[in-house]
Amino acid sequence: MAHVLEPQAKTLAEAEQDAPYGLIADIDPRVRIVMACVFAVVTVALGSVPGLLAALSIAIGLLLLSRLPIRRTLKRMAMMDGFIIFMLVLMPFSMPGDVMFTVFGFPASWQGLWKAFEIALTANAVILTLMVLVGTMEPVTLGHALHRLRCPEVLVHLMMFTIRYIEVLREEYLRLRSAMKIRGFRPGTNWHTYRSFGYLVGMMMVRAIERSERILGAMKCRGFSGRLMLLQEFSMSRRDHVFAALLGAACIGLLIVDFA
Amino acid sequence: MHIVDGALSNPVVIGGAVAAVGGIAIGLRSLDLDRIPTAGVLSASFFVASLIHVPIGPSSVHLILNGLAGLLLGWAAFPALFVGLLLQAVFFGFGGLTVLGVNTVNIALPAVLAWMIFGGLIGRGSPVHGAIWGGIGGAFAIAATTGFVAISLALSGDEFLPAAKLVFFAHIPVMVIEAVLTGFAVLLARKVKPELFVKGASA
Repeated sequence: MAHVLEPQAKTLAEAEQDAPYGLIADIDPRVRIVMACVFAVVTVALGSVPGLLAALSIAIGLLLLSRLPIRRTLKRMAMMDGFIIFMLVLMPFSMPGDVMFTVFGFPASWQGLWKAFEIALTANAVILTLMVLVGTMEPVTLGHALHRLRCPEVLVHLMMFTIRYIEVLREEYLRLRSAMKIRGFRPGTNWHTYRSFGYLVGMMMVRAIERSERILGAMKCRGFSGRLMLLQEFSMSRRDHVFAALLGAACIGLLIVDFA
Repeated sequence: MHIVDGALSNPVVIGGAVAAVGGIAIGLRSLDLDRIPTAGVLSASFFVASLIHVPIGPSSVHLILNGLAGLLLGWAAFPALFVGLLLQAVFFGFGGLTVLGVNTVNIALPAVLAWMIFGGLIGRGSPVHGAIWGGIGGAFAIAATTGFVAISLALSGDEFLPAAKLVFFAHIPVMVIEAVLTGFAVLLARKVKPELFVKGASA
C-alpha cells in the first residue's frame, strides 16, 4: 500500500517478497498486534532516557529480525520526525530549568532538551515497532486478525473496504490529474489552481459515491448479509507463545531498567 | 497535525482514547448495511485526497478535508477517519499508536461538528449558497482541529504552549485553502449530484 506515498516503491512487505522475510512473518498476526500494543503502552510509560534507549534498541532488534529493507524503513521513520521537529526544537526554550545557552535572549534549558529527546525516543521506538510487527502484514490479514481480536464487525468491514479501494481511487485520481495535465494545467498559487483542485476533489467524491452504489448493488446481488467471511484461520503455535513470552519479558525488563 | 507517542500526558491520552471509542461506536451504529460501502469508499477517497499537495507560495500543504468528510458522512466520519489514521500509522509510520485515540478525536470531532452546524445549510438554496457554507464548514473543521491539537498539547504541560500556538497560526493558510477547496467541491457536487447533500443532511 505504501506506493501511495512513493510511486515506484511497493509496500515494505512486498518489496522483499523474494526473500523469505524473517522470523516476524511467521508469527501469528494476532500476537503481533497485541504485542505491538503492549510494547507501545510500556514504552510510553517509561520515564528515563536509559529505559527509552533500551526500548529503541528492542525496536531496532525487531527490525533486524524482520529483514525489512532497513534504510527504507528508517527513512520512513525519519519522515515522522520531520513532522515533530518544530515541537522538539521549541521544547528547550519553552521549558524552564538550568540555562544551556540563549538565542536572541531566549534561554534554552537542559531539562527541555532532555524532554524533547525523550519524546523523540518514545515516538520512534513505538512507530518502528508498529511498522515492523503490524506494518509487515498484508492489509487484509490485518483486518482478519482485528476481527479475531473482537473488533466490531462493521469497523473491520469499513477498514477492508478502505484498503480495497485506496488503490482504485488513487488510480482514478492519477487519471484525473493526467487529464488536467494534458489540458495544460500547472499548479501554482492562484485562484485557478484552487478552483481546479476543488473541482478535482468534488469529482473524486461524486465518483466515489457512484462507485459505492454500484458496489452495493453487486454485493446485494451476491447475497451480502453483513457477515464477514474469513479466508484464513489463525492458530497459535509454540513459536507464537515463545515470541509473546520473550517480548513480554523484554517489556518487563524495560520497566525494571526504568525504575532502577 | 499528527501528535506522536510520548508527547502527551497520560490523562490526555486516556481521555482521547475513551472519547474516540465513544465516537466510533456512535458512528458505527449509524452505519447500516447499505451505507457500509459508501463509507468505506469515501474513507478511501479521503485517504487518497490527503495525499494531494496544493501549492501555496514556495511551499505546499497536503489536504485534510475532514470538514468535507463530516459533511458527507455525518457521525460515520468518526470510524472512517479513524481507519484512515490507523492505516497511516501502521503502514506509513505517521502519528502513533497510543495517541491514535487523541488524533482521531482531533480530526473526527470537528468533522462531526461541521456536519451538525453546516450540514443542513449546504443543501439549501442555490449551489453557490451551499458552496459558501461548505467553505465555511471546511475552514471551521480545520480551525477546530488545530484548536483541539493545541488544547491536547496545552493540557499535557505548559512547556508545549509555544508549540500549540505555532500549530494554530501555522495552519491559518491551510484553513483558507481547505475552505476554498471544500467550497468548490461542494459547488461541483451540488451541480453534478444535487441529491447528495440533501440526503446527507437528513442521514
